Amino acid sequence: MSNIKNILEKYSDKSRMMDIFHDIQKAVGHIDDEAINQIANFFKISSVDIVQTLSFYHFFKRNQSAKYNIYLNNGIVAKMFGRDKIAMTFENATKTKFNSISKDGLFGLYSTSDIGMGDQEPAAIINGVIFPKITTYRVREIVKEFRKGKNPTDLINSFGDGHNQESLINSMVTNNLNRRGRVIFSGFSWEDTVEKLFTYTPDEVIELVKDSNIRGRGGAGFPVGLKWQYCKQSKGSPKHILCNADEGEPGTFKDRVILTEEPLKVIVGMLIAAYAIGASNGIIYLRYEYEYLLPYLKNIIKEAEELGILGKNIKGKQGFDFNIRIQLGAGAYVCGEESALLESCEGKRGEPRNRPPFPVEKGYLQNPSSINNVESLCAIPKIIDKGAEWYRAMGTKQSSGTKLLSISGDVLYPGVFEVEWGITIREILEMAGAHDVKAVQVGGPSGKLIGKNEFHRKIAYEDLSTGGAIIVFNHSRNIIEITKEFTDFFIDESCGSCGPCRNLTVILSKKLQKIIDGRGVENDLIDLKQWGLQMRKVNRCGLGQSAANPILSGLENFRDEYEALIQKGKEYDTTFDLDKAIISGAKAVSRYPAV
Amino acid sequence: MKKSIKKVSFTIDGKKCTAEEGMNLVEAAEQNGVFIPTLCHLKSVIPSGSCRLCTIKSNGRFMTACTSKVQEGIAVENDTDEISDFRKLILESLFVTGNHYCPSCEKSGKCTLQALSYSYRIMAPRFPFIFEEKEVDASSPKIYLERNRCVLCKRCVRTIKNKDGKNYFAIEGRGYKAKIILDPVLAMQMTDEEALTAMNNCPVGCILKKEIGFEEPIGNRKYDTAEIGSELTIVKD
Amino acid sequence: MSKPIIATTSLAGCFGCHMSILDIDDRILELIELVDFNKSPVTDIKKFTKPIDIGIIEGGCCNSENVHILKYFRDNCRILVSLGECAIMGGLPAMRNNIPIEECLKEAYLDGPSTYNPEGILPNDEELPILLNKVYPCHEVVKVDYFLPGCPPRADLIWDALLALATGQELKLEYDSFKYD
Repeated sequence: MSNIKNILEKYSDKSRMMDIFHDIQKAVGHIDDEAINQIANFFKISSVDIVQTLSFYHFFKRNQSAKYNIYLNNGIVAKMFGRDKIAMTFENATKTKFNSISKDGLFGLYSTSDIGMGDQEPAAIINGVIFPKITTYRVREIVKEFRKGKNPTDLINSFGDGHNQESLINSMVTNNLNRRGRVIFSGFSWEDTVEKLFTYTPDEVIELVKDSNIRGRGGAGFPVGLKWQYCKQSKGSPKHILCNADEGEPGTFKDRVILTEEPLKVIVGMLIAAYAIGASNGIIYLRYEYEYLLPYLKNIIKEAEELGILGKNIKGKQGFDFNIRIQLGAGAYVCGEESALLESCEGKRGEPRNRPPFPVEKGYLQNPSSINNVESLCAIPKIIDKGAEWYRAMGTKQSSGTKLLSISGDVLYPGVFEVEWGITIREILEMAGAHDVKAVQVGGPSGKLIGKNEFHRKIAYEDLSTGGAIIVFNHSRNIIEITKEFTDFFIDESCGSCGPCRNLTVILSKKLQKIIDGRGVENDLIDLKQWGLQMRKVNRCGLGQSAANPILSGLENFRDEYEALIQKGKEYDTTFDLDKAIISGAKAVSRYPAV
Repeated sequence: MKKSIKKVSFTIDGKKCTAEEGMNLVEAAEQNGVFIPTLCHLKSVIPSGSCRLCTIKSNGRFMTACTSKVQEGIAVENDTDEISDFRKLILESLFVTGNHYCPSCEKSGKCTLQALSYSYRIMAPRFPFIFEEKEVDASSPKIYLERNRCVLCKRCVRTIKNKDGKNYFAIEGRGYKAKIILDPVLAMQMTDEEALTAMNNCPVGCILKKEIGFEEPIGNRKYDTAEIGSELTIVKD
Repeated sequence: MSKPIIATTSLAGCFGCHMSILDIDDRILELIELVDFNKSPVTDIKKFTKPIDIGIIEGGCCNSENVHILKYFRDNCRILVSLGECAIMGGLPAMRNNIPIEECLKEAYLDGPSTYNPEGILPNDEELPILLNKVYPCHEVVKVDYFLPGCPPRADLIWDALLALATGQELKLEYDSFKYD
């Protein structure tokens, strides 16, 4: 098709495969075998090379898609707020089962992992439009209107707060920005910041950032200044700054609010990084779930170009060129891991790389690259503006500045809170209006599940280190079922490269199900712990290493709940059930044994 | 490329070893008569680091040997109870997530997965069998793709290319659902030589050249009497 | 001390493992000095006549009768040993595990190239055991204490294992006799 030909010629670069897929899908609805062959022929590579990238991502479609593609979040918070009922209502209203398309080709129903709307669940993405706070009433309304031929955008019946009301966003999503702090959500003048920036040499900027003690906000906590320094010192050009906007950790949504409210600050943060490192190319890797922000963000970049802070000879600084493009993801949690993110930006499967070499040495297209979290980059302008000492005065000795928390679950005021590091869990719960709290998941599934006895602990790199996802569970919630949900999340999101991650997640989930079904024995708990600990040792990336964290911290902090489910004094049990095992065999020969 | 010929000393389980600096650790160990088990690694091919079997401890940190380079003074732990246990765990998890019927497998007796499991004397996996349904692809005139036995080592993906450098194999999907696929067009043009290399590079019985199999009688096969890696220790000591 | 008592059975297996027991050749004379055999195809004793020390199971569980016998063994044996691939992982019978049971029956009783069954009857007499949805390894039905792999397990492995079990000595697994095929 000529459509596809135009798209291929537009990019003419197989490292832009993600964009090629997105454009084709936008134009034709899906990427079928014919399109795959066309792409393969264009780049003179085999078609399986195309398939292997295409099939890695959740949101790319190889088959004819429906007119309305409904992706309903199946995350834990969504489930806590009635997701299963919503799912059933969707099935009934559309007369379609999940993972299929209705006979009339109108509706495609799909489940999807956390979409970054933890404070307004249940939520769904329909043809790119976010539908937050869905009720059964709303489901029937949506489906009814779709049957009349309405577009998803026609059904936007309210606008969220803040910039969600901008014409380029026009979204029903709300920010729920419940607490502004002094760094991220505070006044900022790009002129002053850029002016100040150029009073420093690049090395001085790095020293300043190192001096501020800011560490990576994505969760890993690597010192930002040090990362920049390594990147600067590495040989190779052009150098790259990548902004990691792929927040996929269930329960996190802070970057969504930053990108909605402070996108220019992020861009200036990238500019500062580029200046410090000597990078000329910037990429914002935006998770597909936030595609609704794309026109708005593209426009901000355009405006920044007009302001002269992106482009050639920035603000008259000869030879300082810096451009930013946005790379849209396509639904893969693991792409939040920095080396997987690089692979994805290069148009490949989002499988984490072996290290060394580290991205600061050989990153995007094998050149030195610094990959920083949205929040880290957004904090930088203020550091330049007010100085390292000002910044260090906030937080604790080892954790400077402020941190954004995405708080969801059983709280009165879910949303984003900018707090200083060092706040205790108890204070957080009070702040968000959480009562009757049984457990708190700090840092999402890959973090830690803690109980009352640890509510005195602090959010800080030296205590509870986190990317900021806080999910609160009250006493009506079942810890083991939550753990099973999280484990299944990792099954869905494992890239599959490492054997232990690919296989043990499934094995662990089955073991949890055995316990939930009442067939567990003491030995099963021993197995869970041992196998979970092995996961930490043998997997390559953070996903695999932490995939058993929900199990391990659940066993540690909520052991009584596991104990209550297992069969006491029994040494052995299996999931084998003779009555069930003979049903199909009896039926096949028309025998129906008495039960 | 400049060839550095700097020799470095290091230890594996206390044994003094020497190798060229920067050498791949699996191969450096081999030179020194130490066997580090691997499934996905293939000599002189870019390491994948995905089977994780060659996980060792280097200066106290876990890492895969196939993706590590030898450095002066590193202390490597290879044959310890801790490491053996998770190597067994990895092997056992492959047995229960695939469908490995050794008695009927063409590769039996020369299969790396099997040979390593013999080495570790795995009697039965600690995990329940899943009996996952896998599709066999026999569409190519030259080879079978017996996915029941695939361990996703990606050796074929990394090594088997046609004369134009195009890949025959790739991985489709991700995570537990990931599977090996064969380019349907290229499959028709595969040469006997390529098919044979693909089969030989496959550490298990997933890629099989059609019309051959069960060539050596039981007793004469590669690992019937010689334990995997045993040739190394014999050479050295 | 009285001699340990051994019982054996074959579930969904081919009796190859039992043949391999006999393959210990003249060592069988030594064996009967060491142990007594109770219920076993070798002795043709149908029911346990006393408590058993070592129960040896060949084959996995493919039907309801296999399950009953396996449980009967577990209830009456102090130590249970899975002998051979089928007992350990289902073995070749388990190759049906990914094929719908109707298809298996159709192939075996209706469509097979050597099948003559004009009335299209599937074996469904009440006396017959019922097929399970899949073939199960023994240790996924009852607790199994030891595993001896092989198809069949080599006679040397069986001999070494029986000797170890009868005398309480540790079993040293020789490479040459430790195989999965």
